[in-house]
Amino acid sequence: MTFRLTLTVNGEPRAIELDDPRVTLLDLLRERLGLTGSKKGCDRGQCGACTVLLNGRRINSCLALAVSLDGAEVLTIEGLAAGEQLHPVQAAFIEHDGFQCGFCTPGQIMSAVGLIREGHAGDDPERVREGMSGNLCRCGAYIGITEAVLDAQARSVGTGQGDAA
Amino acid sequence: MPDIAYEQARHGSSIGQPLTRRDGLLKVTGQATYAADNRPEGLLHAVVAVSRIARGRVAHLDVAAAKAHPGVVEVMTGANAPRLAQDPDAKDNPFMFRLDLLQNDRVRYAHQPIAVVIAQTLEAATEGAELLAPRYEVDSPRIGLDAEAPQQPEGVGAGDKTIVSRGDVEAGLGQAERRVEATYETPAQYHNALEPHAIVAQWEGDRLIVDTPSQGLAMAKMRLAGLFGLSPKNILVRSPFLGGGFGSKGFLSGPQVLGVMAAKLVGRPVKLVLRREQMFGPVGHRAETRQTLRLGTDASGALTALDHHTLTATSRFDDFYEPASAISRYLYAAPAVSTRHSGVRVDTGTPLFMRAPGEASGSVALEGAIDEMAEACGLDPLAFRLKNYAESEPISGRPFSSKALRECYAQGAARFGWHKRAPAPRSMRDSTGRLVGYGMGTALFPALMMQAEARAEIRADGTGTVALGAQDMGQGAWTALAQIAADGLGIDLAQLDFQSGTSDLPNAGIAGGSAHTATAGTAIHSAAAAVLAQLADLATNDARSALYGAGNAGVYARGGRLIRRDDEGRSESFTEILNRAGRASISAQGQGAPDPAAREAYAMHAHGAVFAEVSVDPDLGQIRVTRLVGAFAAGRIVNPRLVTSQYYGGMIWGVSFALHENAVVDPRSGRVMNANLGEYHVPVNADVPPIEAILVDEHDPHVNPLGIKGVGEIGITGTAGAIANAVYHATGIRVRKTPITLDRLLG
Amino acid sequence: MNRFDYVRAGSVAEAVAAASEPGAAYLAAGTNLLDLMKGGITRPGRLVDVTYLPGLDAIEHLPDGGVRIGALVRNSDLAYDPQVSKAYPAVAEALLSGASAQLRNAATVAGNLLQRTRCPYFYDPASACNKRDPGAGCEARGGETRLHAVLGWSEHCIATHPSDFCVPLVSLNATVEIEGRAGTRELPLDALYRLPEDRPDRETVLEPGDLIVALRLPADAAGFAGHSRYLKVRDRTSYAFAVVSAAASLRLEGGRINEARIALGGVALKPWRARVAEAVLAGAEPSERSFRDAADAALAEARPSGDNTYKIELARRLIVRTLTLAAAGTPERMPALPASAFSGDALHA
Repeated sequence: MTFRLTLTVNGEPRAIELDDPRVTLLDLLRERLGLTGSKKGCDRGQCGACTVLLNGRRINSCLALAVSLDGAEVLTIEGLAAGEQLHPVQAAFIEHDGFQCGFCTPGQIMSAVGLIREGHAGDDPERVREGMSGNLCRCGAYIGITEAVLDAQARSVGTGQGDAA
Repeated sequence: MPDIAYEQARHGSSIGQPLTRRDGLLKVTGQATYAADNRPEGLLHAVVAVSRIARGRVAHLDVAAAKAHPGVVEVMTGANAPRLAQDPDAKDNPFMFRLDLLQNDRVRYAHQPIAVVIAQTLEAATEGAELLAPRYEVDSPRIGLDAEAPQQPEGVGAGDKTIVSRGDVEAGLGQAERRVEATYETPAQYHNALEPHAIVAQWEGDRLIVDTPSQGLAMAKMRLAGLFGLSPKNILVRSPFLGGGFGSKGFLSGPQVLGVMAAKLVGRPVKLVLRREQMFGPVGHRAETRQTLRLGTDASGALTALDHHTLTATSRFDDFYEPASAISRYLYAAPAVSTRHSGVRVDTGTPLFMRAPGEASGSVALEGAIDEMAEACGLDPLAFRLKNYAESEPISGRPFSSKALRECYAQGAARFGWHKRAPAPRSMRDSTGRLVGYGMGTALFPALMMQAEARAEIRADGTGTVALGAQDMGQGAWTALAQIAADGLGIDLAQLDFQSGTSDLPNAGIAGGSAHTATAGTAIHSAAAAVLAQLADLATNDARSALYGAGNAGVYARGGRLIRRDDEGRSESFTEILNRAGRASISAQGQGAPDPAAREAYAMHAHGAVFAEVSVDPDLGQIRVTRLVGAFAAGRIVNPRLVTSQYYGGMIWGVSFALHENAVVDPRSGRVMNANLGEYHVPVNADVPPIEAILVDEHDPHVNPLGIKGVGEIGITGTAGAIANAVYHATGIRVRKTPITLDRLLG
Repeated sequence: MNRFDYVRAGSVAEAVAAASEPGAAYLAAGTNLLDLMKGGITRPGRLVDVTYLPGLDAIEHLPDGGVRIGALVRNSDLAYDPQVSKAYPAVAEALLSGASAQLRNAATVAGNLLQRTRCPYFYDPASACNKRDPGAGCEARGGETRLHAVLGWSEHCIATHPSDFCVPLVSLNATVEIEGRAGTRELPLDALYRLPEDRPDRETVLEPGDLIVALRLPADAAGFAGHSRYLKVRDRTSYAFAVVSAAASLRLEGGRINEARIALGGVALKPWRARVAEAVLAGAEPSERSFRDAADAALAEARPSGDNTYKIELARRLIVRTLTLAAAGTPERMPALPASAFSGDALHA
């Protein structure tokens, strides 16, 4: 049986045919659409490396069945920058050294973009730490991550770029 | 080769600049390619099936059911696995770990690979592995440090001596005015790099290409050559980025080799990625320890003896003993010091190097016992450590090549506000009524040097190349080594083509032991110096050159020019020199290796001091680290931004060691019952307090030509003990077992 | 993950019919179901996708003052609903202390109510588990039991219920609306769950095909809004299941407790309503003494199921603390660390 669905991935409508309902959003992105930026760290919703925005909200793409997402909009790390122009969160992660090995980074950044959009953390470091706690970083880059999120949050308040994505 | 963006060096010299990561752009845009991101044409997916028992044999696998699952192409078992040229149980040297490659039906630990299912899709391979539904003949596993009578291993760690001592410890304890004896326990911990071990393997006839994370490309290549009977030149291992290693990717693991075997079996490229729970078994761990420390002091608080004994466990079938007592050889002055190890064999996977192997576990016990001894003497913990400060290495008696530990203590204590610590335990509270504790620990990690080679070249167009098979697992090799390379060649980073991360480049040794920057950096430095020496020869022996007669030592290179030391106004560009000589380029090789004479003469370590503040709920026992300050002296700092991040990361591993990490093994089955990231806790962002890392100046003329010590592992040492000591100070309850959990603090 | 038939239900009736077949399971966000399927813990032959069903994602504030929450409302939407967080602050605080922001954005209300235990032996297909395989035995007994139940357990099962959300809900007399083959019915949430007894596989009273379509909070539950807290002790500051948690809500009048509501999480196979403790507090003055009496009453029947004796005293202390904080008053703003021992609240009112 073939399942047909439409997803808008990074702004581009994609007609997707799935021969298997077991395919998760993460595996669809990585193994079938060639978007390998989203990472698989645990495949069980326990690390956050697979975080993407689904209809504008951050979720774990490893725990979502693609077949159940007909009509959804998905934003991945590959679609975040506007051409050569990095999203403020991406730029802030580089500046604040918010990563080491980089494997959790796409998930951290998408989570941070989601966090800023949600608008509950503001400029409170404690709320940022709590709000970013769904993204493990085994290298221990949390100091830079928190600084980067606060910095990007401040910049997006200043420029209105927080919702550029 | 990844396309890496450059940040311009700001003041001519690259070394010492806090450049952002050269691979940063790739990493924040999702373009950095990790092993599992490769998708060659015709790729099949392989999933490992692992044993649910810890000891026994596999009696039956339902291969037919797996094969019948739509999409499954092949099931690899002992019956059809490609023959290997070498017994995976052969062991030629201590760094050759025995692998489980389906060579028989024996099970020797839980999560041992027992079959591989290869399919058109990941979904089919995953379900195929499930359908194998193995049946076993089960033997009772032997688990835990009391599984058998301890033996004395032949060596510990990387071939270290099991027992090292000086003086008469029993006599020292006998004459002591005060004594402390304490037993500390640490659990098994698993590396859990966020990137699971993964491999994409492609055979092209007798040629093998693998994409797989490796902290040691050359060793991985040689291991594959041995197992598959290939010439090393026919093997290419690519590892431009590792998603973390921490020691677990130092040696090629069994599952990675299984991916190569699977590709050979089906004659197509295969991707094999471990599932998270499969990371708890076949790819190493930090073994549990039970450490007994006995300390004695005279009336003034000076140590008269220090005895550090470690009981640890290795696997039933291979040898790696956590060298936890070793740290006591280096740190505190005492006339009599004894460091000893014993071990048992248990039915687990073989333990392995894990970030600060030995030092991390040893430090938490030693720093706890030192804290206990200080209290017994009525001395402040910092005063006690200063009282017993080692002016020379305690057991060997050698002078230190450099040791700015006093400055670390002083700067760290001042920044932290250590003087505000009330001496009595359970005497400090915050404004909400929560208990507050201050604790400290000394950090130390040996400044090792390994072996590395590099190639350097400069070209007539003023650009240069440095190439070596170095490995970036997050520590920043792409950036720090390129900084060394640019300075070595005397060019700007923008003019440098820095090649790394593949096994066809010169052998850069292993990214481990906090020695990669020092070792690979030395090889780069030496290759670049050889290139510049040739270039200087061309110029200083040529009467047409502005540098004529200056002699090789009379010039230095910067900004793509050779410059006279005695007259900086006289210089010549690389381009001019090479063009005049009719040379398109000059290249040379260089090596990095320890200097045996210097190593004989000096003890070489990085040092630090860590101060921790914790908050403990007095009723509920829940603990939170609220502040950490670490001051570290590690020789020359190549890139302060990245070094600071290494210290942060290490200190967060210290938080993890003290409060979180714990592989819970059910001794009845030998299975890790929390083999997932939901319940094998590592710190989340909210567990991480504000941290400061102070980079204390230190100049070391002996450790290597660049004066670099390692920074990747030292941060764990000191920190875990500082936190444990802070918890004691907050609560008055001394928990001698990590992780310190809230149930132990309910009183 | 096993192969399954994927059925997208167009209506509730269609969903109920499709899910009444043996081996069928409802799929909403899938945050728990997919985890279980990936672990080989459950292998449903059919997934009935209810996420496209219209009308189940609304929060309706009813004229009588109660609220009706559609089964598909996402956890985060409920927690941040301004009226819900104002009227039922402990519910919002519990929601925000659970899982991670990503999971809360996906997970649905009904999915949260029906999430399965985190007992590691349940999650390990190689271990005997009466919940997975009735009659197989309980390998958790005599195993690693630090986090297991101290109330309501049986020799057949010592697991705990993992939800935070459900703890304040049962204390506030929440009910669930169920559509099934026999039509619509409404049940107290507390009555949805079964204790393990000798059939730990039967976790709820739901029949095959039953679909929770809504959760209701009664009007009187909002009467506790000024004095209502949830507190969760855990091994990590965030993103961890409860070791023990407690919800406490008070209605105070003239310096006395008019009515108290108390429930515990992490102690039993269901969110544990502590009615005896509530009775102790009725008419009492809010004080450490009365709170301690209530806590003692709540844990009077508790006994360790293994290496978890500490949980009993911890639960007592947590009740005292949560009552103390509730008496002090619900904070104006959600704490930065919801339900945390480090939420910044003073320990004593």
